Amino acid sequence: MSDIAADREQGRTWVAGASAASVRFFHTKPLGAAGLVLVLVYIFVAVLAPAIAPYDPIDIRYDAMLVAPSWHNWMGTDSFGRDVFSRIIYGSRTAMLVGFTASFIGATLGLLIGVWSAYAGGRTDMLVQRVLDVFMSFPLIVLALAIVSVFGTGVGNVILAITIPMIPRCARVVRSSALALREVPYIDAARALGFTHSRIILRHMLPNVVAPYLILLTAFMGQAILLEASLSFLGLGVQEPTAAWGLMLQGGAEQYAESAPWLPIFPGIAITGSVFAFNLFGDSLRDVLDPKLRT
Amino acid sequence: MYGYIIRRILLMIPTLVGVALIIFVLMRMIPGDIVVLRLRGEGGAQVTDEMIATERRRLGLDKPMWRQFNDWMLGIAKGDLGTSMWTGRPVIEELDNRFQLSLQVALMATLVAVLLAIPLGTMAALRQDRWPDYVVRVFSIAGIATPAFWLGILMILAFLIVFKWMPPIKYTPIWVDPVANLSQLIWPALATGYRYSAVATRMTRSAVLEVFREDYIRTARAKGLMEHIIINRHALKNAMLPVITVIGFEFAFLIGGLVVTEQVFNLNGLGKLFVSAVGTTDYVLVQALVLVSAFTFIITNFVVDLLYAWLDPRIHYR
Repeated sequence: MSDIAADREQGRTWVAGASAASVRFFHTKPLGAAGLVLVLVYIFVAVLAPAIAPYDPIDIRYDAMLVAPSWHNWMGTDSFGRDVFSRIIYGSRTAMLVGFTASFIGATLGLLIGVWSAYAGGRTDMLVQRVLDVFMSFPLIVLALAIVSVFGTGVGNVILAITIPMIPRCARVVRSSALALREVPYIDAARALGFTHSRIILRHMLPNVVAPYLILLTAFMGQAILLEASLSFLGLGVQEPTAAWGLMLQGGAEQYAESAPWLPIFPGIAITGSVFAFNLFGDSLRDVLDPKLRT
Repeated sequence: MYGYIIRRILLMIPTLVGVALIIFVLMRMIPGDIVVLRLRGEGGAQVTDEMIATERRRLGLDKPMWRQFNDWMLGIAKGDLGTSMWTGRPVIEELDNRFQLSLQVALMATLVAVLLAIPLGTMAALRQDRWPDYVVRVFSIAGIATPAFWLGILMILAFLIVFKWMPPIKYTPIWVDPVANLSQLIWPALATGYRYSAVATRMTRSAVLEVFREDYIRTARAKGLMEHIIINRHALKNAMLPVITVIGFEFAFLIGGLVVTEQVFNLNGLGKLFVSAVGTTDYVLVQALVLVSAFTFIITNFVVDLLYAWLDPRIHYR
């Protein structure tokens, strides 16, 4: 069998295995499956926002300020007369964009650093670990705020501010899984065959740490969405007039109580629901992929 | 043991210096010149070059990088965190009573987390895969998903609408007036505490489940001990170790977690100071606050490690 045919054969069994695994996932982990469905709903809403939202999310209407929920405005309007429902729909775009980009880049860079550090071993590993330790001593939001204070607000900088604290957290976990791999005979064999370091790392070690990587990726997703909402709520994240859930919660509770108590309800539900969905899915994924990991 | 403690303290120094170095470098990555940005930022074009040069000298920015870092480190060693660029007061003065407030909220939130997590987690483990377990799990996953600041907004909203009452805005130290103090600070502690209890609840649950599979629990059952003695004296005692780590870890993160909650409850603590420092681009203050929170984190971790050794006689640190 030629190499290409072998690869294709392998590919087919991989697809078959994956689909069988997902069927099993739906059967054995109904909660996780519910989470996955909810995640897909959020993604669907984010992608199709223009088709779903009844109004333009940034359309200011001074004749319809702070309208209570009604048939025309399902969730009412805000102090600029903008439709809250439409802003929530469009807000999912911001949340998903920031959530996916930040956690994907953060986890992937962490994956590469973790595997490389474990493979290199010795002094390099020591040094990398110390640097990661230092980065881990900043609470997530503190480091994110410090980065925002340097580079400024806006979607791009928020993604950067969330990505950087994610990297060491992933690298740590991946490294500990990869460490065990270093001693496995087939890695020795690959080294004996004279493969390059990058080939051993990318083709032989990476595929074996995909499980912790995927677990962390889903866990980061929820955290990134929450962090984006927090930063935007503080006025240090996504800026008006972009629709973002955290931004919609800005303003004191006292003002809401006087004018429009329904305003803070829906954005909060949107945030909680999305984080809940990602966590539910991630939890079950962890149970399936790595039953030994806890919390 | 003492040798271990001393070694750990010595090992902490490079980490602390590393933390300081990262903040220092990060703060100097600001695109453009800090002084020019601050003085000319809002259209203040009438600022002369001379004024800028004076300001640079006043902030010590005319010195080479390594000198600046050196001066900053020496200052910290002497307990001087610099002068706020915004208020012109020493940073240490700004931190003083705010630290007290944040620490109290953090401690109370931890207490709330412990009081929720241990009974709930144990109950879930004892009734694994039955409805109490499901309820507790959903309750705790919801806790992780709910932003503490949103919970805070809803709390205040409910007070205002139902009771026409709002927590006091002015901070009173607990030894002056415990009632006024608690009626202000209990709510943020509950809002953050619920969120922080979630992880600890899950940890308690899995730790208790694990311990229940141990041989000595079977022995305890076989010799006919009462169930509550088995749980309290045999299972929980051993299951608490990982839980303590998690709680300690979270306490260290609380200083960060409070950033947003303090904003909602209008508490004049470290978090609020941090947010306003970022808002007013007061780099000296941001730098100092990040450092303080990282130091708190490192020291808390150290204390948790020691606590661990003290609680578990099997662990020997040399």
